[in-house]
Amino acid sequence: MNTTATATTHYPASTATEQVETRILCVLVDNEPGVLARVIGLFAGRGYNIDSLTVSETEHEKHLSRITVVTRGTPMVIEQIKNQLDRLVPVHRVVDLTTGGPALQRELAMVKVRGKGEHRVEALRLADAFRARVIDASPESFVFEITGASDKIDSFVNLMLPLGLVEVSRTGVVAISRGPEGM
Amino acid sequence: MTEMTGAEMVIAALADQGVEHIFGYPGGAVLPIYDAIVQQDKVNHILVRHEQGAVHAAEGYARSTGKVGTVVVTSGPGATNAVTGLTDALCDSVPLVVITGQVPTHLIGNDAFQECDTVGITRPCTKYNYLVKTIDDLPRALHEAFHIAASGRPGPVVVDIPKDIQFARGAYFKPKEFQHRGYRPKVKGDLDKIKEAIDMMAAAKRPLFYTGGGLINSGRAACDLLRELVKLTGFPITSTLMGLGAFPAADKQWLGMLGMHGTWEANWSMHDCDLMIAVGARFDDRITGRLDAFSPGSKKIHIDIDPSSINKNVKADLAIVGDCAHVLEDMVRLWRASAIVPDKKALQAWWEQIGTWRAKNSLAFRNSNEIIKPQYAIQRLYELTKDRDTYITTEVGQHQMWAAQFYPFQEPNRWMTSGGLGTMGYGLPASVGVQLAHPGSLVIDIAGEASVLMTMQELSTAVQYDLPVKIFILNNQYMGMVRQWQELLHGKRYAHSYTEALPDFVKLAEAYHAHGIRCTHPGELDEKIREMIDVKKPVLFDCVVDPAENCFPMIPSGRAHNEMLLGDAATRVEDAVTEAGKVMV
Repeated sequence: MNTTATATTHYPASTATEQVETRILCVLVDNEPGVLARVIGLFAGRGYNIDSLTVSETEHEKHLSRITVVTRGTPMVIEQIKNQLDRLVPVHRVVDLTTGGPALQRELAMVKVRGKGEHRVEALRLADAFRARVIDASPESFVFEITGASDKIDSFVNLMLPLGLVEVSRTGVVAISRGPEGM
Repeated sequence: MTEMTGAEMVIAALADQGVEHIFGYPGGAVLPIYDAIVQQDKVNHILVRHEQGAVHAAEGYARSTGKVGTVVVTSGPGATNAVTGLTDALCDSVPLVVITGQVPTHLIGNDAFQECDTVGITRPCTKYNYLVKTIDDLPRALHEAFHIAASGRPGPVVVDIPKDIQFARGAYFKPKEFQHRGYRPKVKGDLDKIKEAIDMMAAAKRPLFYTGGGLINSGRAACDLLRELVKLTGFPITSTLMGLGAFPAADKQWLGMLGMHGTWEANWSMHDCDLMIAVGARFDDRITGRLDAFSPGSKKIHIDIDPSSINKNVKADLAIVGDCAHVLEDMVRLWRASAIVPDKKALQAWWEQIGTWRAKNSLAFRNSNEIIKPQYAIQRLYELTKDRDTYITTEVGQHQMWAAQFYPFQEPNRWMTSGGLGTMGYGLPASVGVQLAHPGSLVIDIAGEASVLMTMQELSTAVQYDLPVKIFILNNQYMGMVRQWQELLHGKRYAHSYTEALPDFVKLAEAYHAHGIRCTHPGELDEKIREMIDVKKPVLFDCVVDPAENCFPMIPSGRAHNEMLLGDAATRVEDAVTEAGKVMV
């Protein structure tokens, strides 16, 4: 049969590689049982990435929840993710806050640090510089609360590492667009 | 509003939705529904032999009528057995409402007998699903299920109803308002974009319509509008497996099916066209072949109701989101209104080029006087049934591709096959559903002996309900498509693709109280096919064919449209190229 020498496999060649981008998507959904499983299942089933995910009810009377998901992919994959999300029955809107104009993004973290003496003083001094608040203290520990963009929290956590970092709890990114318009 | 039990609500909602037949299988968690079924005569229940068969039968019913197919199965294994059918319906966009029983609400999560997480299991294989936890939610869930299944891009919807909800009493109503405000499929296409499409079509020199199952789902009106537009423009047209029948195969503008086992002319036209007008098709890998070599020189217009189909595999130059019928209506109107004069000379050259590809006669096969060639069997089947009111279903494999190649369809909804999922065992139960919807028609399942054994027990269903379906088995004793791939791609090592212990299909038919026919010689084929048609019973037709025959043309997956393999009987391309063609190539 007419097979060429180059055909060592019958499986398709992988498609050309494109630049991978990070995007923040806001997804407005009906707050009904299983809606989060639908969203997460879509990402898992189609092999998309989730870097961060936050979800909470935002309008109680209308039973609406807002999901903020940070994802990565090529422009074609990002478009697929948005279209696939949009086609889920309980999804009202999908907004790309990375490309949809200027947007604010924040994350909250609680950072537990254990130490004595100079380490303790240094931790407090840095917390002050980062506008982190002390929300719990014991003779040998602090819990700081810090809010900000993810990279600010990353820096703070890295600085706490040599000072006796015990653990970190982070909310993941929430985001909203600047200006008077809603999503 | 009337007060009734949950089980009675199920019947009331089915009746309100105009359901005539529901396919199902009883079990502990749906006993109240069955008790309600047996005490009424609005909705007719068809007892299948396996839940997968129920879903395929409902698919056959839905695809041949354009209505929503319905199923009722029990919890646990009833629901899990339905999963293959649900996935099949999701892949091929078939509207279904599948009602599953569930253990009582207080037992959910307790690993109760015949409990499974039905909504969890079916979430990725349905368009939407419900677990109804209070009787107040039941009427809305049932009616919304029909709305979601049938609207937009159709698909299967599961309604999981715990047994205590089936017993509970509540107020039944038909909701006026749809609860999911976010679910609004766009049906009208953007007029500016449609105008742009018309301009692109007017300027095209080598245009091609590439159509798919979306046209069939959109309905008869969409197919008629497509026919009108194709006639108006004079462009060639090809179709996917799922779209066969939307445009009549007898027409001279028809190029045959495209894709992995498509015709030479269809695939070369896809490769060489300068404008591709994709209507209700999704650029599946069986269509595109190697993506980076797919139709390199063309602009692509993509019309689809599902935005996620657009730019998924192939970048569209112009995307129109909307229902085929609405968009085509605008296109026909705009084409007529604008005084477009297509480049007649270019189109003529394009048709001449297509003529040289056609002359290749890519579906040619070497016939035999000794042994039945499967292609010949389907040709004879077509000749002897074409003047009748005929519906064809298939299983999956070589016989399915030969049916698509050698059984031309002139009308939509006449061809029921498992395209996306490729489910062996689809055809027999699907034929049961088709025959039920069209009692006086001739319904034939073109089958392979391996596929048909997967759901053979549904022959018993056909016998029980006097459904005279004809199971036309092309028996080559191999899983033919598996064997073909092993021959071409795996060094002829036929790993487990030969069935050494097949049943005697004639005796098997008799055991089921059906009619069995065996045909082993080409000379007796016509007579035996006539016998099959004339018998007013379900028939198992064991057509013993050449076990070594391969299905050509073939684009090995991962290759481009212009890298088709041909059977040895096809005309050599050099002999087929005319002077005009040589200028084009």
